[in-house]
Formats: sequence, C-alpha cells, structure tokens
Amino acid sequence: MKLFKQDYHRIAGLSALMLISALLFLFMDIQGSLSYALPRRFWMLMTIMIVGISSGIATLLFHTITHNRILTPAVMGFESLYILIKTALVFWLGSSFNWFGSTILKFAVESSIMLGFVLMLYRGLFQKTEDLHRLLLIGIIFGVLFASISTLLQRILEPAEFDILQGRLFAKLTLPDPSLILLCLGLMSVLIGITWRQRYLFDVIALGRTQALSLGIDHSKAVTKILILVSVFVAISTALIGPLTFLGFLAATLAYQLTHNHKHYLLIPMAGLLGCIFLVAGQVILEHLMGMAGALTIVIEFIGGILFLTLLMKKGRL
Amino acid sequence: MQYLIREKMPFLLSCIALLLLACGSLAVGSYSIGFDNLTTSKGLDLFEVSRLPRTLALILCGASLSVSGLIMQMLTQNHFVEPSTAGSMQSAALGMLGITLLWPEAPILFKMGFISLASLAGTLVFLSILSRLSLKTALIVPLIGIMFGAVISALTTFIAIHFDLLQSLSAWTSGDFSGVLKGRYETLWIVAVVTVFAFIVADRFTLVGMGKSFATNLGVNYKRTMFIGVLMVAIVSGIVVATVGILPFLGLIVPNIIRRLRGDNVRHNLPWIALLGAGLVLLCDLIGRLILYPFELPLGTILGVIGAAIFLYVLIRGPSEVI
Repeated sequence: MKLFKQDYHRIAGLSALMLISALLFLFMDIQGSLSYALPRRFWMLMTIMIVGISSGIATLLFHTITHNRILTPAVMGFESLYILIKTALVFWLGSSFNWFGSTILKFAVESSIMLGFVLMLYRGLFQKTEDLHRLLLIGIIFGVLFASISTLLQRILEPAEFDILQGRLFAKLTLPDPSLILLCLGLMSVLIGITWRQRYLFDVIALGRTQALSLGIDHSKAVTKILILVSVFVAISTALIGPLTFLGFLAATLAYQLTHNHKHYLLIPMAGLLGCIFLVAGQVILEHLMGMAGALTIVIEFIGGILFLTLLMKKGRL
Repeated sequence: MQYLIREKMPFLLSCIALLLLACGSLAVGSYSIGFDNLTTSKGLDLFEVSRLPRTLALILCGASLSVSGLIMQMLTQNHFVEPSTAGSMQSAALGMLGITLLWPEAPILFKMGFISLASLAGTLVFLSILSRLSLKTALIVPLIGIMFGAVISALTTFIAIHFDLLQSLSAWTSGDFSGVLKGRYETLWIVAVVTVFAFIVADRFTLVGMGKSFATNLGVNYKRTMFIGVLMVAIVSGIVVATVGILPFLGLIVPNIIRRLRGDNVRHNLPWIALLGAGLVLLCDLIGRLILYPFELPLGTILGVIGAAIFLYVLIRGPSEVI
C-alpha cells in the first residue's frame, strides 16, 4: 500500500510542476505592454494545455481498447484523417464558405464526419486483425494516404502556394480563434467528465476481451464508446494545433512508468498532466533558454519517435 | 517462332506502351510542341532544354528506384523494404541539408557523393538495427524502417528550422520534376549505370536473398555482396533525392506488382520492373501535369497517394503467405 500512496504523491508533484511551468510560461521574460502580452500568453497556455490533456488521455484510452501500449490514435492516422476531412470540406464548399459565422457548426460537422469514418474504417479493423504489426503498418499507411490526399487537395486549391508542405512537415504553434479555444475547452471538460465516470469500466476493458465479457461487460459496445471519445479528443487537439504524432505516446508511456497501480483513476490524471507538462515546460525551455520558439513540436516528434522505435524493438510482441 | 511470340510479345507491347507514354510526356506542356513547330528554333529549344531532359529524368528515376527497391527487398529478405521505408531517402535529404550548410559551393559531383554517403550511412544504421532485432516478423521490418525514417526527417526539419532553411527543404524534397532542365539532370545517368550493373549482378543478390549460410555455401562473398547492394541503393537514392526529391513507395509497389504477376525469378523480372517503374512514373507525372493544366502537381504527392493506396490494398487484401 505504501507504493500506491507514492502514486498520489507523484500526481501532487506533477501538478506542482505543471503550475510552475504554467507561471513561467505566463510571466517569464515578459516585456512591453502587459495588457497585450499577457492575454496572448494566457490564450496560448490554454490552447497547449487543452492539446496536452486531450492527446494524453486519448492515447491512454486507445491503449486500453487495443490492449497494447504501442498503437496510438495519431500513429494510426486519426490526425491525418481529421486534417483530410477539413481540407476536403474546404475543397468542396469553397474557402469562402463561412459556416454561417459559426466556428461551433464547422467543428461539429468536421468531427462528426471524422467519427463516422473512424467507426467505419477502424472498428472492423480492430476486431478482424489479430496481428499487431499488420495493424500498426496499416494504420501508418492509412495516415500517409490521408496526408498525401490532403496535400494533393491543397495543391489543387492553391497551385502556386509554396509552403503547403510545411503544414505536413510539422505542427505550428499559432494562436487559434478564442471562440474555438473556448469550444474545445468546454467539449474537453464534458469528455473528461464522461471518461472519469467510466474509469472503472476501463479497468475491466483493460483486462482483455474475454475477461471483460465474462465479467458481464458488453465489450463491443464499450469499444465503440471509447473510439468515439478518442476521435473527439483527437479532433480537439488537431483542430487547435495540428498533427503531433508522438505527444500522446510520450505522455501515456511515461504515465505507466510513474504509477505502480495501473488503475484508470490514477492513469487518466497522470497522462493528462504529463501531456500538459511536455508542451508547457518544453515551450518554456525551448523559447526562453534555447531561443527556438518554433521548434517544440518537432522536438517532441524526434524524442517520441526514438522512444517509439526502442519500444517497438524491445517488445517484439505486446 | 510461336514460342518467341508468346514469350516476347507482352514485353514488346509494354515497351511500345512506354514509348507512347514518353511521347505523351514530351508533347504535354503549356507551350504546345508538335511535329509542325519542332523544326522552328523556339520549339526545338524548348524541346531540348526542358521536355527531353524531363522525360529522360522521369524514365531514369522510375526505373532505377524500382530496381533499387527490388535489391533492398532481396538483401533484407523482406517484400516491404525500399529506399523510402528504410531511411535511405530520408538520410539522403539530411545529407543534402548538411552539404548545403557546410559547403554550399561544392562541385556537383562532390555534393552527390556526400549525399550518397549520407544515404549509405543511414541504410547501414537501419540494417544494424534490424540485425539486433530479437523477433523479426515480416512486418516489423518496414515498421522500424518507417519510424527510423520519421526520426531522421524530424532531425532534418529541426536543423532546417534552426538555420531558416525550411522553405528550401520542402522545395527540395517534394519530388517535383518541373525544375528538371538541361544541365541539371545529367548526374542521373550515373543512376542508369548503377541500374545496368544491377542487371549484371542480379544473380548474386538472389543468392544473398536466400540467407547468409546458404549464400556462403554457394561461394558468394556474403558481406561484400551485401555491401555492394546497399552501396548501389544508396547511390541511386542519393542522386535521385538530390536531383528531384523524395519519391515514396515506388520501389515497393513496382517489384510487388511484378512479383504477383510473374513469380519470383529475379533475373527475368528485372526488365519488367525497370519498365513498369519508368511507365508508372511517366503516367503519374502526366496526370500531375494535366489535372490542373497549366499548373503542375508534384510527382511525389501523386505517388504518395497511389503508392499508399496500393500498399494498403496489398496489406489488407493480400494473401498472408505473400507477407
């Protein structure tokens, strides 16, 4: 029991770390007019916190339904799918279509189409394919396919545009529309509420399909439910920043390392906190100590990619 | 005679199809060139400076990359490995960035050599990772290659951000043939030489593909043949990346299609692979030039869509014994 107590201490420690990095993010090296800089930094902080929490929890839940710790929604192409849907909508409706001035409507349409596709494409895949490596490879190539189609559509929309490829190379931290941030914040809170209420169900699902069934859980219904949650979490984080393949993977992997008791009521806050800390502390370090404000996402891709590779090699089969 | 017709006819017809595609590639463009104005000085100039180099570059890249893919597949005994799923192309891009930063005025051949060397280093690292793998399933090999390539790409992008070269980087790597002009593609003939060499030594690669002990038993110097193969792939990837950029999946889908249609005899398949590779690239390039005429879509993007779709089809629908 002593070890389990340590888990609470660690969560408290991480929360403190989170708070410190958030304060540093807000106030470090602040110059000029406070009334301009502070709100900007505040909205930026909100954005990356939402993204960190969403990616961490989405990956954790994804690991729970797939019974392994290698597959992540981003690696399986969910983010590229969302970007493809976004691009395709602009392609068909025209860039001047303004969704009756409502960001909420736009986001709702995008994420519902995404939900439909995720359920259609991936649900069957998870049930039919037993081989983890095949599943992973299919997911990665799905991601490449979606990303290539998006690039193609973007090129057709703006043939002369030069830096379209940049968007594919890495995600950029730019300040989104405040109404979108608020919408995502609200939606994320609802999703976290739902996730939290189901935390014991997830513990059972994590035991595996057979065990869950024998304990009286409607497994396929639960899988659908989790896939819906994961899709919306991914839609939130991708809408705010862009594709971040390995952030959720880093957060979830470290969350398992830091907790002795692998129950979801500990893992969920842990993964969310870690996702947040990676982004906020990472941005503070890169921006203020190394003077490379724009490179955070690519550093995360690099470190996360190496970790992913090592894990893939170490555990031949999970 | 009848035997000859039955055996050689399909290949001959395919050659004619390739020739027609090449003619199409020569004829399409925003300045119309036909037989009537080929004799005028402007038409001839344009033909010589832009159209012909482009078509030749396409054929050379398509054929050589497909053959490289086949060599990689034999060396690793895995059907899903090719220069872009083994980190060779990504390492070449890193090398290109490196030489641009270190010695931008280097002579072109030195640059090509450096980039090929980077590609060689990357491929060797990939192979050493593979040899350390405890459980080598057929699918984990390309998985690790893709991840390895992604890590190298992230490193390249990071360096490019640091030196403010991101825009140049995305322009180099997009796989765009619109910048191929006379005087800028000639290094690709080196690639042609490497490909011809591959035809000569094909049988050795077949033996190496049967495994280390088997190949050694049959009198093949395993290590040396392996190294020569990797070196050839690195030279091809390096020069192609340096001239036009990354062309994904080509070396993967072409040998797999031919293998499905014609079986596993490498020596007999090689001409077909070169032919289909060149044809596919010509066709994709034509599509890219016609969809949005007079604008162009880069070949790398179109190949990404078509290649990923075919790869997925093989993965999902393919019989498991092939994999």
